[in-house]
Amino acid sequence: MYPKELKYDREHEWVRMDGDVATIGISDFAQDQLGEVVYVDLPSVGDVVSTGESFGEVESVKSVSELFSPVSGEIVEVNSELDDAPELVNNDSYGDGWMIKVKVDNLSEVDALMDADSYEAYLAEEA
Amino acid sequence: MGEQGRRTPLYDEHVALGARMVDFAGWQMPVQYAGIIEEHTAVRDAVGIFDVSHMGEFRVFGFEAKDALQRLFTNDLDRIDALGTALYTVMCDEDGGIIDDLIVYHTGDLEYLIVVNAANREVDWDWITSHLPETVEAVDESDRTALIAVQGPGAMAVLRELAGSGWEPPARFAIGEAKLDGTPVLVARTGYTGEDGAEIVCHESHAVGIWRALLSFPEATPCGLGARDTLRLEMGYPLYGSDMDRGTDPVTAGLGWVVPKAKTGYIGAEAIARVREAGRTHALVGMTVSEGVPRHGYPVLHGGTEVGKVASGTFSPTLGHGIATAYVPVELSTPGTELEIGIRRKVIPAVVAKPPFVKSTSLSAVGS
Repeated sequence: MYPKELKYDREHEWVRMDGDVATIGISDFAQDQLGEVVYVDLPSVGDVVSTGESFGEVESVKSVSELFSPVSGEIVEVNSELDDAPELVNNDSYGDGWMIKVKVDNLSEVDALMDADSYEAYLAEEA
Repeated sequence: MGEQGRRTPLYDEHVALGARMVDFAGWQMPVQYAGIIEEHTAVRDAVGIFDVSHMGEFRVFGFEAKDALQRLFTNDLDRIDALGTALYTVMCDEDGGIIDDLIVYHTGDLEYLIVVNAANREVDWDWITSHLPETVEAVDESDRTALIAVQGPGAMAVLRELAGSGWEPPARFAIGEAKLDGTPVLVARTGYTGEDGAEIVCHESHAVGIWRALLSFPEATPCGLGARDTLRLEMGYPLYGSDMDRGTDPVTAGLGWVVPKAKTGYIGAEAIARVREAGRTHALVGMTVSEGVPRHGYPVLHGGTEVGKVASGTFSPTLGHGIATAYVPVELSTPGTELEIGIRRKVIPAVVAKPPFVKSTSLSAVGS
């Protein structure tokens, strides 16, 4: 449920690195807590995001959650598929349910995120 | 997710089915099992089963029972003189404020069954019993009564199967006896989803047996309060606490149809007549949005100025977009009026629309 090659933050986003570009989505835990996602509000390509700041929102029938960026940098791609198929966030949270790609300013920020084991320990603590 | 709160007789069944439990009006209730949209769709397409045992059931009987209830309720009990018929109504205070909305069933000679909202059970009981003459008896049956809703185009077929041959199901908005799997129950052809179906009233000790018998049908899906809310809002059915409360009169709430103009002598009649005469200043309207999900309390704007707040709001699984109700000034209440809803950082265009939002359901076939 928590792929080893990803990094995680305390707000339940995950990060997959490819060079200096971070792909960001929400974890299996987060999508399960939300329930069926019906709407994802994402920023635009070229926008700049900062660590810990909201970059969008994800809504289920019952609730809405802010999306917080685990890194700082410029958005180079957003997943426009989610406009028509927000359920991808539930069905494939680590794959087609990704949300944004960010060109990361400072790669050491990524190193500071939790690995899968730490994230699972964090979840166990939270629950 | 606290573990405190009252439990219905079906609590363990919900937990065993993997339900997500939430607090609702002091009760531990299932908000969803597999998922709200899946459950919603099951009700629109097949059969959904809901535990609504948290609701209150009062039995009122005696020679003057009808007269006493005529004084308490806005709607006219003459409409349910025939045994086994039922009536939706509100109960108001002297100022016309809505104490609760409820269904009253004429279950027997000189006898009525009243089903009320869980959140108002104590207030309703105190109000009703303090206004009954000595010749009328009331019994709070809530603790020993379970209520299970069976809703959807296939609901009545499931009930026929369980009731056995020879059972004649009650007509729409009527109630009758049945033996389901050998258990004596009342079957009320009512609901809160807009689909055909029924609500089963039974002794709490039989709830688990009936619940399991219903779920033994492959077409039946257990449904939580989440789907109950999306289903009722698609039909524009009001929810007490969101769409109306003690500060709202039934005319403003769009419930003038349960307050017959010819009826007098009930509590709140004078106040409601004054609203009718002066004309209401605000109205509860339906609204649709093309993006985002409107929710209770979000501001409703007209040309950038706040003119009201969202009363009920959700995502409509059937329509695939957001729907809402809101109190707005009457001059902005005409269908087609363009308003906006402040959905957190964004202002989203919204259009006034006359509910029901979903026009065609299995109820359209039997008539409501």
